[in-house]
Amino acid sequence: MTQNKITIALAGNPNVGKSTLFNAITGAHQHVGNWAGVTVEKKIGTRTYHDTEIEVVDLPGTYSLTAYSVDEIVARDYVVEDKPDVVVQIVDATNLERNLYLTTQLMELGSRLVIALNMWDVAESRGDKIDTTKMEEFLEIPVVKTIGNKGEGIDGLLDEVLREAGKGAHHEHEVSYGNEIESKIIELERILVNDDALSARYPLRWLAIKLLDGDENILEKIKVSPMATQIDNVLNTIDREDCEASMADKRYEAINTVLPQVCERCVKEVTFSDMIDHVVTNKYLGIPIFLSMMWAAFEVTFTFATPFMGMIDMFFGWLAGVVAENITTIWLGSLLGDGIVAGVGAVMIFLPNIMLLFLMLSLLEDCGYMARAAFIMDKLMYKIGLHGRSFIPLLMGFGCNVPAIMATRTIEDERDRLITILVNPFISCGARLPVYILLAGAFFGRDAGSVIFGLYMLGIIVAILSAKLIRGTLIKGKPAPFIMELPPYRIPTVKGSAIHMWEKGSLYVKKAGTIILAGVILVWLFSAIPSPGVDAAFASEEILGTGDSLMGALGHVIEPLVAPLGFDWRIAVALVFGFVAKEIVIGSMGVLYGVGKDEDALGDILVAGAMTPLSALGLMVFTLLYVPCIATIGVIKKETGSWKWTLFAAGYTTGLAWIAAFLIYQVGTYVGWGL
Amino acid sequence: MNETTLNLLEPGSKAKVIQVKGRGKARKRVLDMGMVPGAEIEVLRKAPFGDPIEFLVKGYRLSLRKTEAEHIMVQPHTE
Repeated sequence: MTQNKITIALAGNPNVGKSTLFNAITGAHQHVGNWAGVTVEKKIGTRTYHDTEIEVVDLPGTYSLTAYSVDEIVARDYVVEDKPDVVVQIVDATNLERNLYLTTQLMELGSRLVIALNMWDVAESRGDKIDTTKMEEFLEIPVVKTIGNKGEGIDGLLDEVLREAGKGAHHEHEVSYGNEIESKIIELERILVNDDALSARYPLRWLAIKLLDGDENILEKIKVSPMATQIDNVLNTIDREDCEASMADKRYEAINTVLPQVCERCVKEVTFSDMIDHVVTNKYLGIPIFLSMMWAAFEVTFTFATPFMGMIDMFFGWLAGVVAENITTIWLGSLLGDGIVAGVGAVMIFLPNIMLLFLMLSLLEDCGYMARAAFIMDKLMYKIGLHGRSFIPLLMGFGCNVPAIMATRTIEDERDRLITILVNPFISCGARLPVYILLAGAFFGRDAGSVIFGLYMLGIIVAILSAKLIRGTLIKGKPAPFIMELPPYRIPTVKGSAIHMWEKGSLYVKKAGTIILAGVILVWLFSAIPSPGVDAAFASEEILGTGDSLMGALGHVIEPLVAPLGFDWRIAVALVFGFVAKEIVIGSMGVLYGVGKDEDALGDILVAGAMTPLSALGLMVFTLLYVPCIATIGVIKKETGSWKWTLFAAGYTTGLAWIAAFLIYQVGTYVGWGL
Repeated sequence: MNETTLNLLEPGSKAKVIQVKGRGKARKRVLDMGMVPGAEIEVLRKAPFGDPIEFLVKGYRLSLRKTEAEHIMVQPHTE
């Protein structure tokens, strides 16, 4: 049996139920990755329908197809260059006007179009009467009614898609931009046709429109064209600002001539959402509501996750033990147990946090509150050079930087996002707390609480100053403009949130997991190889994690580097081990000072002379600021897609930690504190 | 009332967009989102800290910072 195969792309504004419809079409047959070269999520699913295998590509949600954001460029490049058989635009029936704006742009891309008129039940229930027959007639595009969250209209949509895919090339009704601009379009088309490379790839009319629209991405492509000078000559005859405004205007005008005939009495206001907004963004109630929502999200993410993390920890601990016991070759047992099993455990331990956080974020996003959170926090965030959407990822950093950095995906602007990622590790995560508790408890007694509070504050201050510093140097410019829709409140679907949670979890394991595993195994190797001159077997009991391992030797090598901070080689070694996970700093110091897991004994030894209150303070500050753990580094690499920025993050944090600890120790010693 | 900029309107006021000033991507985005000359808008509310501001335009809710709203020239309706 021969099977047909077609590819369709789903386009649409954000918040129109696109993911829900994608899930309804493809079910569980989907996988997530990134679009080539950018960190924008790409979802592809498949569905077999009437002997046709349909590959469904979910394009990023966009309002328009200008070069405003990476999302928009990705979406239109896909339609123009990969030429899917049919593009399905999901249109929110409750807001035709703004949704059809994207339709006017999709029409120009020259692809076959089908409109899924989604949530029409909501529109109908509030009294809108949309005439789909007239809509098809005016737009010359098939329109199918769907209700994504109930799975209604999917078959009808796919029937229409198959019918359209069978047809040949076709040009939909297009927006007419008025005599003046149309004549320029024709002029440009005549020039562009001589550029073989461009005319083979892009529809000429679209190119001409984009040039007149001042599209940076297309202007860039034109620079290398043999026709560049001629094109510039035409573009110089127009007033760019005027032209841009009148093109947007003409598109809305085209919609407004159609709309009254398509929708008899389309309601312009959403009173229900307005009522909620009246409360949740209220001048006095807004902040307390916001704080309680954030508290709830934080608690669910980090408190609910604790038992699951305990189980994962126990399981891998047990597994490592079983491996070590049953493999008689000691080094092999240790490699498998302490290296690989522990490494896989180090990857998996973050899963409960990641999945629960994304469950919460997905619920907040889908119900519409996420946009309000950004709306409420934007003023404060803007002051430190960030965007309203940067707040939640920073807040979640107090729990764990790993899911927090993954949560930066909601920040639209790449640069705002990058800065939010880079400063996130300074937000003191839960793993650093055991280090503070032991050291502050041992050295500062009754003031321990204040010292720990001070460390958290220091982390926040360093994050803010770093954001400002990076904004002023490496990533210049102001935060992206805040031009954001506050979508109508809706009830989120459990299925959608569950799928989202699952995707984030599996993406993390696939993309960050390998880096984390490699890091853990590398550290294990250093702790298992005997130091030169030590007569003991590889990975034997007396070597592992002690001063006689290669790690011990490394500690002696880097001791001069940390001596000005008041640290000896043992602390150097503990800090290197802390790269695996920061709480390990304490356990590792226990081994190196020969007290094992007895933390009280460790505290006594340190107070007895191994450290001073000053160097202990320095060590806490160093632990707060220095290179984040392997897992965080793994997700920084995954989320920035760049080793350069990942190495920068490692270097910048460690450099800053060194300077801070140096100042504390040297200035403190000079002034005479803690001597 | 005379022409003014959008950031100066108080919640509850309604106006018609006259012109969107400025240049580049941000301006185009504002236009794309429906703030085109002739569009009718209503100021809904300010965020608890006083900025950004929420507007009703083209039948949906859009929020802009004051710095963005400053570029939008409007003709307020007197009621």
